[in-house]
Amino acid sequence: MNDPILMIRNIESFYGPIQAIRGVSLDVLEGQIVSILGANGAGKTTLMKTVSGVMDPEKGRINLNGKDIQGLEPHEVVQRGIVHVPEGREVFPLMTVDENLTLGAYTISDKSLIERDRELVFHYFPVLKARRQQEAGTLSGGQQQMLAIGRGLMASPKIMLLDEPSLGLSPILVQEIFGILRRLNDEQKMTMVLVEQNANAALELAHHGYVMELGRIVMDGSAEDLMKSEDIQNFYLGVQEEGARENRRWKRKKTWR
Amino acid sequence: MDNAQLLISGLANGCVYGLIALGFVLIYKATEAVNFAQGDFMMLGAFVTIGLTNTEYMGLPFWMALPISLSIMAAVGYLVDRLIIRRLFGESQSAVVILTIAMGFVIRFVAGLIWGHEPQTLQNPLAGKDIRFGGLVLGLEDVAVIVVTLLLTIGLYLFFSRTKLGLAMQAASQNQLAAYYMGIPVKQVQGVIWALAGVVACIAGILFAAKGSVDPTTGLLGIKAFAAAVIGGFGSLPGALAGGLIVGVIEPFASRYIAAGYSQVAPYALLLAVLIFRPNGLFSQVRAKKV
Ligand SMILES: Nc1ncnc2c1ncn2[C@@H]1O[C@H](COP(=O)(O)OP(=O)(O)OP(=O)(O)O)[C@@H](O)[C@H]1O
Ligand SMILES: [Mg+2]
Repeated sequence: MNDPILMIRNIESFYGPIQAIRGVSLDVLEGQIVSILGANGAGKTTLMKTVSGVMDPEKGRINLNGKDIQGLEPHEVVQRGIVHVPEGREVFPLMTVDENLTLGAYTISDKSLIERDRELVFHYFPVLKARRQQEAGTLSGGQQQMLAIGRGLMASPKIMLLDEPSLGLSPILVQEIFGILRRLNDEQKMTMVLVEQNANAALELAHHGYVMELGRIVMDGSAEDLMKSEDIQNFYLGVQEEGARENRRWKRKKTWR
Repeated sequence: MDNAQLLISGLANGCVYGLIALGFVLIYKATEAVNFAQGDFMMLGAFVTIGLTNTEYMGLPFWMALPISLSIMAAVGYLVDRLIIRRLFGESQSAVVILTIAMGFVIRFVAGLIWGHEPQTLQNPLAGKDIRFGGLVLGLEDVAVIVVTLLLTIGLYLFFSRTKLGLAMQAASQNQLAAYYMGIPVKQVQGVIWALAGVVACIAGILFAAKGSVDPTTGLLGIKAFAAAVIGGFGSLPGALAGGLIVGVIEPFASRYIAAGYSQVAPYALLLAVLIFRPNGLFSQVRAKKV
């Protein structure tokens, strides 16, 4: 239980000449929810894409259960047990909810396992069951997010990478979805890496947190500690003293390097 | 009575256009680009089959030649994707378009070298037979074209809606990135779609060469099929087939009832009208594709 199930070491990723990830290392323990916080453009999505194999890292290692997986094709990464629930949901808009779920299980050939997972998804997201035959593009934003998470579950993953599941959702829906994530973690022992802008909600849910800035990890700690940290308070939880937030941000950033 | 016969032969022609249009749409869904060599694939498929069956060439029995030529054209489609199209990954779509146009020239040239430039007909078991139906005399080949096209379309429909691979192909065309995230090996899937387009082109070619004749320039009727695909909305398989049928049926009636010289223009006039009044095609899926 205490060996990291996912170990990332000194990853560097580029978009052409632009370096988006500048040497990131992090550990995820089995059964944990690890949250990655950071401002827009910090490189959170890029990091997830690199883990899921949609992008290949220039340098560094990604190790799942003792085996290196960096540079594998995305479908090989899914087969090894990591599924990426992308930012902005990215459902298949012209297909029904059921078909979207079926596609989530593309790498699974055991039919009974697929049907079991489908029931599991419907157990956690009853609204999807009620709308099985509806085209995914016509679902509401919140329902699409649930579908995206459910579709990820269909791959029977060991680790789910969740990229900003709260994006564009009302606070109540965020609470509902985060509640479901917590239950998935408690009841199914699902390990999760959760990228969030909504630091408050994320740290409440997570066991451990990392803060990213400009392609680097600048801070990490238990969720509790991060929650108490002054930097986090100021920059991500929106608790700010009167006055120039921008100046302060600048200074603090300096102390992080 | 006369009109009924015009209709049947128009439908049979339309089926061939429809099948080529199906090929256009398949590739467009997979690669987001138009394969302007699709008509030449058809011509090539026809000549490969002629080369295997006709007595002046290898003279194999038709039913033995059929699976061989289908496999050859599947391989051609797959290899075109594998060796050429995939190299262009990340280039603009116009690069792919220009490349497929060039590919069409090469195929026509090579076909001319191997099989010559005389029109040739595929020797087949149905040749010259007809069935009488009321007062109608229908070429058995025309009937076969319609039946085969219908079966093929139903088969493709079931394949895309019922099988996992078919669903994955649709998924990859609706949202390629998400398909990657779901563990769908998108590149392999695209290769399979090109192979499928090769097979469909081959079937179209066989039907065309059985009921008429082919020469290396026959592939240029791909332009009409392209019009058919646009009329059908360029996104849906049934739409492509319907577009093909419409173009096929308009032609003989136009040449019967409209002065020669103008009748040729009829399919394109329809195309223009569709582009003006229903820019997404007659049978377009209403919502625009994401991403
Ligand atoms: N396709 C791309 N081509 C070039 N640069 C890119 C591309 N995608 C992202 N970047 C750059 O890489 C950096 C990291 O982007 P990334 O999407 O990983 O940020 P993020 O932390 O996920 O931001 P957000 O919170 O807004 O989603 C940014 O500077 C961005 O401009
Ligand atoms: Mg992002």
